[in-house]
Amino acid sequence: MTVLDLSRWQFGITTVYHFIFVPLTIGLSLVVACMQTAWLIKKDPVYLRMTKFFGKIFLINFAVGVVTGIVQEFQFGMNWSAYSEFVGNVFGAPLAMEALLAFFMESTFIGLWIFGWNRLSPRLHLATIWLAAIGTSLSAYFILAANSWMQHPVGYKVIPGTHRVVLTSIWALLTNSTVLAAWPHVWFASFMVAGAVLIAVSAWHVARKSQLEVFRRVLRLGLAITLAAGIATAVTGDVQARLMDSQQPMKMAAAEALYNTSDAASFSLFTIGSLNGSKELWSIRVPYLLSLIATLNPHGTVQGIDNVERAYDKKYGPGSYKPIIPVTYWSFRLMIGFGGLAALLAAIGLWLTRRRRIPRSRWFYRAALWGVALPYLATTMGWIFTEMGRQPWTVFGLLTTAQSVSAGVTASSVIISLTVFTLLYAGLAGIAGWLTIRHVKGGAPEETDHPASEEPLPVFSY
Amino acid sequence: MNLATFWFILIAILWSGYFVLEGFDFGVGILLPFLGRDDTERRVLINTIGPVWDGNEVWLLTAGGATFAAFPQWYATLFSGFYLPLLLILAALIVRGVCFEFRSKVDSPRWRTTWDWAIFAGSALPALLWGVAFANIVRGVPLNAQHVYTGNLLTLLNWYGLLGGLVTLSLFVLHGAIFLGLRTTDELRRRARRAATGTALAAIPLAAIFLAVTQVGHGRPATDVTAAVAAVALIGGAAAAMRGREGWAFAGTALTLLLAVATLFGDLWPNVLPSSTSATYSLTVNNASSAHYTLVVMSWVAVIFTPVVLGYQSWSYWVFRKRLTRSDIPAPEQAPAARPGTGPESAEPIGGRA
Repeated sequence: MTVLDLSRWQFGITTVYHFIFVPLTIGLSLVVACMQTAWLIKKDPVYLRMTKFFGKIFLINFAVGVVTGIVQEFQFGMNWSAYSEFVGNVFGAPLAMEALLAFFMESTFIGLWIFGWNRLSPRLHLATIWLAAIGTSLSAYFILAANSWMQHPVGYKVIPGTHRVVLTSIWALLTNSTVLAAWPHVWFASFMVAGAVLIAVSAWHVARKSQLEVFRRVLRLGLAITLAAGIATAVTGDVQARLMDSQQPMKMAAAEALYNTSDAASFSLFTIGSLNGSKELWSIRVPYLLSLIATLNPHGTVQGIDNVERAYDKKYGPGSYKPIIPVTYWSFRLMIGFGGLAALLAAIGLWLTRRRRIPRSRWFYRAALWGVALPYLATTMGWIFTEMGRQPWTVFGLLTTAQSVSAGVTASSVIISLTVFTLLYAGLAGIAGWLTIRHVKGGAPEETDHPASEEPLPVFSY
Repeated sequence: MNLATFWFILIAILWSGYFVLEGFDFGVGILLPFLGRDDTERRVLINTIGPVWDGNEVWLLTAGGATFAAFPQWYATLFSGFYLPLLLILAALIVRGVCFEFRSKVDSPRWRTTWDWAIFAGSALPALLWGVAFANIVRGVPLNAQHVYTGNLLTLLNWYGLLGGLVTLSLFVLHGAIFLGLRTTDELRRRARRAATGTALAAIPLAAIFLAVTQVGHGRPATDVTAAVAAVALIGGAAAAMRGREGWAFAGTALTLLLAVATLFGDLWPNVLPSSTSATYSLTVNNASSAHYTLVVMSWVAVIFTPVVLGYQSWSYWVFRKRLTRSDIPAPEQAPAARPGTGPESAEPIGGRA
C-alpha cells in the first residue's frame, strides 16, 4: 500500500473511532445538565441519583473523546501536510476558534463540575455542567463548519501562482448553508445515541426490577428522546439531501447508484447485483422517492453518475470523479435503516410503557439492550457516506485526496502509526466498554435527603 | 510589528502557557509512583491536578490550532517532519489522559499500580520529547527547497536535542514537585520538598548549560537578558523550595519556563523553522504565515476571547486552591456487587424468565 492508502485508512479508522465517543458526550452532557436542573428545581433525590449515575458514563466517554480528539488536530499536519498548506488560511481558522472558544470552556468547566460538588454553591455548580455541555455543542459547530467547507467551499479565493487558498469571509464560512444543515443533523443524531444509551441501561435494570424508582423514569425519558431526536434527524437529513443535490450532485447520484439522469427517480431499498451500472439482478424500489428526496418534486430531475462525470470532465479536466459506488450506496441506506429502526423501536417502547406499564416480554428488554448499537451504526454510516461520497476530493472542486498527502512521510512511518493507533484504540475501547458496563451494573448511587453533605462525595474524585 | 510577528508572539505565549501549566501536570505524573507510598497518598497526588489537567492540555491544542491558522506552512512542515516523535507524544498523551479516569474506577491494587506506571510513562515521555522537539526547531532541521523535512527520527536525536529533552524533563519534575509542595500537607509536603531539592541539583546545571549553548549558537542581546533572568529565577525558585517557601518557588519555576520559551522563540525569530540544508530554504514568519485577512480575523478572536479564557481558568484554580490531605480522599468505591440491596441479584429478573 502507498502512503496515500495508508494515510486514508488511518484517518478513516481514527475518525470513525473518535466519533463513537463524541455523539454520546454531546447528547449526554445536555441530558445530565437537565437531570441536575430537575433535581435543583424539584428537590427530588431521584434526579440527583440520575445525574451522578449518567454523569459517570458521560465522563468515561468524555475522557476517550478528548484524547482521540488531539490526534484529529495533529493528523492534518502529520499525514496531510499538502492539504494543510493548501487550506490552512481557511480551514485552520475554525479549528483554532474551536480550541479557544469551545474546548477551553468544555475542559475547564468539566473539571469544575467533577470536583466542585462541595466547593461551589448548587446553582453555580449547575452552571458548570451547562457551560461544559454548551461548550461541547459549540465545539461540534466549529468542527462541522470546517468539514462543511470541505464539502462546499465558500468565502475563499484561490491565489493564482501559489498552491493555496485564502479566506475572504469568515462569516460566509461560519454560516455556510452546508453547516447550517449539518450541525442540526449531527446534533439530533447525538441525542439518538444518548437516548439509546439511556434506554439500554435502564432496560437492563428494569428487567431485573432493580432501582425501579430511578430507571423506569429514565427508560421513558430515553424512549422519548430517541423518538423525538429520530424524527428531527430525519427532517434535518432531508434538508441536507436537497443541499447535497445542488452542491454535490455526484454524491447524491452515488447514494442511489443512479447512473443515468432521471426525471422520476425511484429509490431502491435493496439491490442484488453489481453496482457498476451494468447489471442489476434484483431490487426493491420505491417509485419517485429519490426525486422527492432530492428536489421535493416526484418528477424532479436527478443527475446520474455518468452525466455528472461528463460535466466534471469538462470542468476539472479528464479523470474519474466517481466515489466508490458500493460504499456510498450501502452506507447511505444503512444510515437511514439503522436510524429508522432505532426510532421505530423507541415508538414501540413508548407504547408498551404507557401509563406506568412495565413490559413483561423478554424480547422488549433484549431489543432495548441490543438496540443501543443502532444509532451508533447509523452515525458511523453517515460519516462514511459523507466523507467517502466526497471522494476523490478532500476540498470539493479544489483539491483531491491524492494531492493532499504529506510529501516527506514514508510508508513505514505510517504503517507504524496506523498500527499504534489501531491497537491503542482497540485497547481503549475494550477498557472503556468494560468499565461502563461494570458501572451500569452497579446501579445508581443511593442518596440521602441532604444532598450537600459535609462528606466528600465518593462518586466524583479520581 | 506586522501581524505575522504578532501571531508568532501569540504562539510563543501559548507554548509558554502550556509548559507552565502542563509542565507541573507532567511533573506530578512522573513523581506519582515515587512520592505516593500507598493508594490514598497517590490519590491525593492525582487529585491535586485532577480538576485542572484537562484545561491545561487545551493550551497545546490551541497552540496547534493557532499554528495551523496563522502559519499553515510551519504547521504542515513541522508536523509531517516530526512525524514519529509526535506519534510518541500523542500515544503518551492518550494513555495518560484516560489513566486518570480509568484508575479510580476499579479498587484493586494491581489495576491501580498498572495505571500509576502508565501515568508515569505517559508524563515522562512527552516531558522529554517536547524539549527534544524545541531544541531541534531552534537548531534547524534539514528542509529542502519545497520546505519538506528530509531527515529522519535519528536526525532529531542529536546531543543538543537530547540535552533540551533532559532540560524540559528535569524542569517539569522540579516544577511538579514544587506544585505538590504547594498543594499537599505534612509528610507528602516534606517528601515533595525533598524531591524538589534533589531535582534542582540536576535541573540547574542542565538548564544553565543548555541556555548557554543556545545563546552562544543562536542568541541575540535581548534573549541573552531573558536567558539570564530565566537562570536567576530558576536558582531563586530552587532556593525558595529548599526553604519551604513554595509560593515563591512556584513563581520562580513558572517564570523560568516562561522565559525559557521566550528565549527560544526570540532566538528563532524571524525564522519559524530554520533549514540546516540552506538558509534560503528556511521557513520564516513572513513566508510561512497566512494572508492578512485570516490574521486579522484570528487577532480579533484572540483579543476578545483570550481574556475570557484566562478569567475562568484562573477562577478554577482559585476554587481548588485548598491543600489536599489524606482525609479529603473518600473511601474507594465499592465493587458493584457489594452494594447491598441494589445489585442485580436483589430482585427477580423480569426479562430473563418470561
